[in-house]
Amino acid sequence: MINKVVHSLAAALSGIRDGSVVLIGGFGSSGIPVELIDALIAQGAKGLTVVTNNAGSGWTDVAKLLATGRVHKIVCSYPRSSGSVVFEQLYAAGKIELELVPQGTLSERMRAAGAGIGGFYTRTAVGTLLAEGKETRMLDGQEYVLEKPLKGDVALIKAELADRWGNLTYRAAARNFGPTMAMAADLTIVQARRIVELGEIPPEQVVTPGIFVDRVVEIGAPQQTGLQ
Amino acid sequence: MRVQPLTRDEIARRVGRDIPDGAYVNLGIGLPTLVANYVPSDREVVYHSENGILGLGPAPKPGSEDPDLINAGKQPVTLSPGASIFHHTDAFAMIRGGHVDLALLGAMQVAANGDLANWATNDEKFPPAVGGAMDLAAGAARVWALMEHTTKNGSPKILERCTYPLTAAGVVDRIYTNLAVIDVTSDGLIVREMVHGLTFAELQAKTGAEIRLANDWQTIRA
Repeated sequence: MINKVVHSLAAALSGIRDGSVVLIGGFGSSGIPVELIDALIAQGAKGLTVVTNNAGSGWTDVAKLLATGRVHKIVCSYPRSSGSVVFEQLYAAGKIELELVPQGTLSERMRAAGAGIGGFYTRTAVGTLLAEGKETRMLDGQEYVLEKPLKGDVALIKAELADRWGNLTYRAAARNFGPTMAMAADLTIVQARRIVELGEIPPEQVVTPGIFVDRVVEIGAPQQTGLQ
Repeated sequence: MRVQPLTRDEIARRVGRDIPDGAYVNLGIGLPTLVANYVPSDREVVYHSENGILGLGPAPKPGSEDPDLINAGKQPVTLSPGASIFHHTDAFAMIRGGHVDLALLGAMQVAANGDLANWATNDEKFPPAVGGAMDLAAGAARVWALMEHTTKNGSPKILERCTYPLTAAGVVDRIYTNLAVIDVTSDGLIVREMVHGLTFAELQAKTGAEIRLANDWQTIRA
């Protein structure tokens, strides 16, 4: 019997080691797994590398995690959003390392990790500061830069519906990085607004198949990150 | 004759007339976002958002915003009939694979060879942020840059070579400013339109690269 459902946030986050690479879904106000992030803070792992598109806003979710001082490096495309005070303070104080990655490259690097691809050539960032030090190659008369896969030890994802096999749907554009991060981490942890019986999600409407998911916890009324 | 530079909405209206029927279009943050308000209503245009939306509709009514339905600028949006939602990697495959027909991007600087700088200044005070700018600039089938012709203190933003860090090299096809419409061609910068009352010499003086006036140039209709 396969049952990926766990009944507490503590159980969902158990066993995360210091030094882990943690992929965190979400984009702006949409799809941030707020309860899983709070539970990661409670769990206490430190020396983390966080991979996420934005560096949080205000003092909640990703910003709250950064404020604990347990994140030594962030990999993201747009750390400087409105109200991203925590990141900006840590950055100015030299207390956090930033790896800035173009958003599509960030996503594709995780997809590569999930799909067993050892790297890929892309035109994005060719001739820019973000390609410095990277291998480039001419292919059919066009210059490309080599990008390596980006794998997570853990992924934290917010879904709408889940079943005990870990099949997922997402609400509206809260989907964003979820499906890609789910496949890119060794341990994919999902908070779902509702856990349903097997078969309740029509197979054609499963967005993330359960093979990519390890643990699911039901959070019926998740905190909603505010519009920024 | 008194020169009347275009307002931001007039630039947006001018660009809107050039958006082809049936195009898949990504509108950058800021001035480009305004263009959607001015595309002629007889054209069917599908707006793409990097966070996984095709078919953005008009802004929501106050009170009906949904934090799970936002655009790249993190502003609330609505969906048009026929819209679709997909994950980030697909959203960027649409951009990086050249499926998005047209990206309208704000610009800090554009060079005569089509180089675009719109993501970073050389100011070390702020942490850098790039978002989807490099993907859009390198990947979209066509890139139009929208900007004021000069900086607030009058320095040219169209240059022989960008002085700010590049977003992508040789990608801009057309520049729309508050003074002119300029094509970036293999023969250099060709002025297609100028605002009423401006002379070519005056435009050249405000431009940091050599420009040439098209034989069939016109006055911009705002």
